[in-house]
Amino acid sequence: MAAIKTDNLVKRYSEVTAVNGVSLEIPEGEVFGLLGPNGAGKTTLISMLATLVSPTSGTALVAGRDIITQALEVRRHIGIVFQEPSVDDLLTARENLYLHSMLYGMPRREISPKIDQMLKLVNLSDRADSFVKTYSGGMRRRLEIARGLIHGPKILFLDEPTLGLDPASRKAVWSHIRDLKEAHNTTIILTTHYMEEADSLADRIGIINNGRIIELDTPAALKKKVGQDLVFLTGEINEAGIKALPFVNSVERENAHWKIGITNSGANLQALLNAGGRIDEVEVRRVTLDDVFLKFAGQKIGEDAEEHAEGIFQRIATSKATRR
Amino acid sequence: MININAIYALLLREAKIFFREKERIVSILISPLLFLFVMGKGMAQGHSPVLGYTYQQFIFPGIMAMVILFTSITYGLYIIWDKRLDFLKEVLAAPISRATLFVGKALGGMLGAIIETLLLLLIGAAFILPLNAFQIALSLAAAFPVSYMITNIGLTIGAKMKSMEGFGLVMSFLTWPLFFFSGALFDLRTAAPYIKIISLFDPVTYSVDLMRGIMLGQGAFPVWADLAAIAFFCLATTALGVAAFGTLQQEK
Repeated sequence: MAAIKTDNLVKRYSEVTAVNGVSLEIPEGEVFGLLGPNGAGKTTLISMLATLVSPTSGTALVAGRDIITQALEVRRHIGIVFQEPSVDDLLTARENLYLHSMLYGMPRREISPKIDQMLKLVNLSDRADSFVKTYSGGMRRRLEIARGLIHGPKILFLDEPTLGLDPASRKAVWSHIRDLKEAHNTTIILTTHYMEEADSLADRIGIINNGRIIELDTPAALKKKVGQDLVFLTGEINEAGIKALPFVNSVERENAHWKIGITNSGANLQALLNAGGRIDEVEVRRVTLDDVFLKFAGQKIGEDAEEHAEGIFQRIATSKATRR
Repeated sequence: MININAIYALLLREAKIFFREKERIVSILISPLLFLFVMGKGMAQGHSPVLGYTYQQFIFPGIMAMVILFTSITYGLYIIWDKRLDFLKEVLAAPISRATLFVGKALGGMLGAIIETLLLLLIGAAFILPLNAFQIALSLAAAFPVSYMITNIGLTIGAKMKSMEGFGLVMSFLTWPLFFFSGALFDLRTAAPYIKIISLFDPVTYSVDLMRGIMLGQGAFPVWADLAAIAFFCLATTALGVAAFGTLQQEK
């Protein structure tokens, strides 16, 4: 059975169409990466699947339940980690987890051992009884992940789980996500605009832009569509000669240089250079998802990403400071 | 539809936060105490409309209602914060009905109001108005429905409001008028007609009157009328609040 099946899901706000007809099927146990720039519709899509926002039209089955008519049932089977931290910083980690467990109707005697287990999983056991307001961004995020998991959801939504984290915390979160998939066969829907993150975690990636899924495949297959390796050439290039080569996937002119996608540069680079014309400069690198995104969405991803991340934390910091 | 465990969890959270912010418990009592000990005492020559009591004693039940009013409205409006950050997003995503969430929040607000009421009652009984244990118990019991209905009003407005900037507006245009028109500081029976008419629509009027009935043995309306009005406002505000929470969505 598919963990998630959406049927032409649309969300229109007064001025924008945030999600514009998404039909998806995500099998159980898959880590699905939703990749796109800010405003592409990632959060709106996830919010609809988590029954937090109602669709304008279309519907979806999540864990076999309809998101419109069986919202509470859906909620019981999913966990969600929000983009902006939503743990209560006036409470301790343990209290946050306790309240969550009660809200999700876990049997009372199971709660306490489960809390200990989750805190251990995210390495917060030693700070379990400190107030969350004393936590760093990474610790909050880990607590939030523990909270999203404690009631044993079949499906976990992670909305930008590593946004604004330092590289070490980011790696820690990644390894937790991998553990989850292996240990519990949890279906994970992950939104991100970090290519590296989608690449290293996701089984399949959906590229979303302007509310539509424009490409959907495994990371490897997506990269293959651009070519395994990219060769940048400058000089007087014999375009037709290059295009005729069997291992060439794509040829594009970018400003002063040519961008050529090829398979297996080790074996084929020599042949390319021989056929290429009078070459002044050569640069070779592996294809990244950035290249994939650029090809399919026609724009670069994540240019404003860091700025956005900073914005969020700035906003939280100022609102916390002026609170109460 | 109503999930008791979830309500307990929501209430527990409010209780913990309330007791952790002790400065708030005290700061909320400041303006009522000013009314009682400065205005109440300063107008020593002012006649008490109820024979046998001083003006300070006369306004004490009204100030009691004021504490409930301010604590409950403020609490209700604070969900704007919750909406922006923290806990509300978490509970909006939880598998509980909006009615459960609303009742849990309303009970949380009542808890704070009841504790403030108790504090003020003890201060009042010690320094202002001799009250027996029965009167204290009755006043406290009356504080329950009163704080419930006012918390509901606060939560309803809080759920509809977009930003904390509206906070001052609500205080100026709603909270203070509710207080002044309630007759907390004067006798409604001898007030100007326009005050009388407006006060009839003010839920706080009946709260003040009920408290006065309990503590001074004399109110403007019969006790059953106060209770009926409060019951009506409790039901009406619950309906409004549940509806407002029903449409509450995650803020983007």
